[in-house]
Amino acid sequence: MNYRDEYRDRELVQGLADRIGHLADRAGRTMTFMEVCGTHTMAIYQYGIRSLLPPGVRLISGPGCPVCVTPNEYIDRAVAYCRLPETIVATFGDMMRVPGSSSSLMAERAQGADVRIVYSSLDAVALAMKNPGKRVIFLGIGFETTAPTVAGSILAAEEKKVGNYFVLAAHKTIPIPMQLLSADPETAIDGYLCPAHVSAIIGGAAYRSLAEGHGVPCVITGFEPADIMRGVEMLVRQVVEGESLVENEYSRVVQWDGNRKAREVLERVFVPCNATWRGIGAIPGSGLAINERYACYDAERALPVTAEEPREHPGCRCGDILRGKITPFDCPLFAVACTPESPVGACMVSSEGTCAAAFKYGR
Amino acid sequence: MPHDLILLGHGSGGALSHQLLDELVVPTLSGISQAGRDDAAVLDPVGGRLAFTTDCYVVDPPFFPGGSIGDLAVNGTVNDLAMMGARPLYLSTGLILEEGFSRDDLARILTAMRRAADAAGVAIVTGDTKVVPRGKADRIFITTSGVGVLDHGLTICGSGARPGDRVIINGTIGDHGIAVLAAREGLELSSDVTSDSAPLNDLVAELLKEGDAIHVLRDPTRGGVATTLKEIALQSKLGIAIREDQLPVSREVGAVCAILGLDPLYVANEGKLLAVVAPEAAERVLERVRNHPLGRESAVIGEVTDKNEGRVTMETVVGGMRAVEMLAGEQLPRIC
Repeated sequence: MNYRDEYRDRELVQGLADRIGHLADRAGRTMTFMEVCGTHTMAIYQYGIRSLLPPGVRLISGPGCPVCVTPNEYIDRAVAYCRLPETIVATFGDMMRVPGSSSSLMAERAQGADVRIVYSSLDAVALAMKNPGKRVIFLGIGFETTAPTVAGSILAAEEKKVGNYFVLAAHKTIPIPMQLLSADPETAIDGYLCPAHVSAIIGGAAYRSLAEGHGVPCVITGFEPADIMRGVEMLVRQVVEGESLVENEYSRVVQWDGNRKAREVLERVFVPCNATWRGIGAIPGSGLAINERYACYDAERALPVTAEEPREHPGCRCGDILRGKITPFDCPLFAVACTPESPVGACMVSSEGTCAAAFKYGR
Repeated sequence: MPHDLILLGHGSGGALSHQLLDELVVPTLSGISQAGRDDAAVLDPVGGRLAFTTDCYVVDPPFFPGGSIGDLAVNGTVNDLAMMGARPLYLSTGLILEEGFSRDDLARILTAMRRAADAAGVAIVTGDTKVVPRGKADRIFITTSGVGVLDHGLTICGSGARPGDRVIINGTIGDHGIAVLAAREGLELSSDVTSDSAPLNDLVAELLKEGDAIHVLRDPTRGGVATTLKEIALQSKLGIAIREDQLPVSREVGAVCAILGLDPLYVANEGKLLAVVAPEAAERVLERVRNHPLGRESAVIGEVTDKNEGRVTMETVVGGMRAVEMLAGEQLPRIC
């Protein structure tokens, strides 16, 4: 048992497909489920999950790719930091190609900016210690999974008295936008495949008001193909039986009350704030800002820069894709003006992006 | 003057250049102590059509688990010749060195080139060395060109696939790309993945014993197996259907790819070939490859179809279907 191969078992998955087919017949209508997390989106395309589902079950992708929901103005500010002297911008790899209003980190690097890809925020702290004469600005994006690690990097910098490490924070939280999207009659979401790793931090309780208050079935689902099929089966069963509960398919990792320790670290450093989601707009209380106590690590406050006025590409429909209103194939730019080599919108850039997944696997 | 570093003068064409060539480059690469001072190598006539190719090597870092830029520069060009069904004979090489590069590292790289050339049975017969100012190149860039002879009348090329043909790979995929990535990024989690860098000409010679049953040979280097299969499908104007459960992927490479969000189908290989062969010969070819040291883990991964022209499709491990497209841009490690 290695916790991977047994969840990629062909017969198990085929059996689940059969069961979903029988259950879906009983529903007598088309059901629309949203997978919130970009890793689910990628896995669904990568394993050809849609080809295993009956026509009555429709999967749409949600706003759970952190790179995709990062607004233009954030990239523009990161670009402005790239252009400062004696400055290293450290970032996760998939931010490199995301287009801002007129540039990207990749384009800045090609023109001489010092942009480094790191695999962990602690690597960025180490980079700051190795380059005491420079400022290191880490691009802190991501949901509740990533935010505690970035909070941890700030605590590590404090402990090691690293004065040249800063975070440009744009962390976001998932449950509030899920409530907003489920209230949208146009999308008519019948249930959520809730993110796996985010749920490991926030726990199942975080979805209770969505399920019990708003009547939307929620199933916390792992990332392997058998997990996803079982998550879909559980959602279909809830719809057929008229229930709306929070269920946990991914119990081998996710506990009902989540990871308290990680949340404590997060809460020591961050406070809730309003956040702008690319393509969706401002959502009150859906972001995380660095609190007063750690303001000296907050790039925005410690090192203010002027970025260009943000501009969106007029034809870009990333916002509609992130809200599940259209699929990539409905966007006129998809695979024509917008490709992974030359992306117009962020959904085409990240390996977790819906359009990137559709371009790579779906055509 | 420090003797352990490469200086601009080593590429000047003057006394320092001669010293570097005489003491290090020429004896290491050719095994001859005195550099020939003529402007070109003169080669003996060979009986057959010639294949000629060139490639540039800029790998970062120059040393990685399982190899270095030196053996890569020889094996890569040897393999390009072999994929045309040619027997590699001669290589040339160009070395572009960054001022300040370590002379010891250069010696290690040249030794690796010589060993790889000996292993492949080719001779490095001519070359050039330049030094550029610090910051104008990344330590060392190498180019090699190669000449090989076709000892047979077969035409082996990317457009040669036919409906029903089987697609064979000679072992696990993605090892080279992950080894280099791990060395470059200092990933501790993957210390035991080594590059598969190897000369494939001997394996190809074995395959060619099957004569005209061998339709296409390609080495899936940058862009990985996915990109190479797509190229074959486009060139041959046919479809290719592969099965994910038949793709050999080592546990380590599979784990690193899962963590970083990479797809092994798109990760580079330097000692692998894809052979598209006639169906009736597939079993025999597979056996030949498996009996070769570079093919123990080989597998039939799919077949050529007359449906889906120019497209590659894959039946996933769980029985789903999806398209396989070319690598777009570079694979970037993901955030979470």
